[in-house]
Amino acid sequence: MTFEPQTFRVTRADLVRYAGASGDFNPIHWSERFANSVGLPGVIAHGMFTMALVGRAVTAWAGAADAVVEFSVRFSRPVPVPDTDEGTEVVVSATVKGETEEGHTRLALTATCQGEKVLSMAQAVVRKR
Amino acid sequence: MPLDQSYVGRSYPPTEPYQVGREKIREFARAIGAADPEYLDPEAARALGYADVVAPPTFPIIFTMASSHRQIVEDPELGIDYSRVVHGDQRFAYRRPIVAGDALVCVNTVEEITSRGGHDFLTTRSDVSTDAGEPVVTVWAKLVQRGEE
Repeated sequence: MTFEPQTFRVTRADLVRYAGASGDFNPIHWSERFANSVGLPGVIAHGMFTMALVGRAVTAWAGAADAVVEFSVRFSRPVPVPDTDEGTEVVVSATVKGETEEGHTRLALTATCQGEKVLSMAQAVVRKR
Repeated sequence: MPLDQSYVGRSYPPTEPYQVGREKIREFARAIGAADPEYLDPEAARALGYADVVAPPTFPIIFTMASSHRQIVEDPELGIDYSRVVHGDQRFAYRRPIVAGDALVCVNTVEEITSRGGHDFLTTRSDVSTDAGEPVVTVWAKLVQRGEE
């Protein structure tokens, strides 16, 4: 079984708001100058912001905030966010990968940006409703 | 120099309780675009069986990252060069939802240190419980310290 992919727009303003809310003020997420100085092509999204968007998709599919039992990702590629009104897009999709011993549903998750996978080994275990 | 393997298994003292605020949950939910009423409206949350507004799944990163950074990453004897660190993996295992009003204590542990291809990998584990000792969530972060150029 596959879920309807969910698309999330990500702009620089989103990164600034997430920095404030999460307390992660690493300048690679808001300063082009700093990001370039450490060899990045430009400002990139917080990995945990991407994971939060995937979390939104998972809770929506699972049907409740507390339906998520386990949630894990590997950050395999940065999400560059250009300084434009449109920013960029992250597309999240999921496939059911069977059941756990406890009877929960195991989801394999993917997140892509500009057609490239930005997470690997991403999965969630969700409680059945 | 590779990170000191003798740190594996080391746990740090329990943190002061992190007070989960209703406005902080709202702020975090809005920042990630989570608009469902259980994140924002205490009445809607109670109608769904939560004691107060409920936190989105990645909310614990706020206090687990800050406290493991303070205790482990900034431990001068471990000697991590944070300018070379990138976030590799992140994992959460939930026991019960976090709601506004919770007071949450973290016990941070160095779970694993490995080296490969000139890079060091440090996995931290944060065991999060209420100040009354009820387990809430366990959070793992793998940090990658890239090799020196």
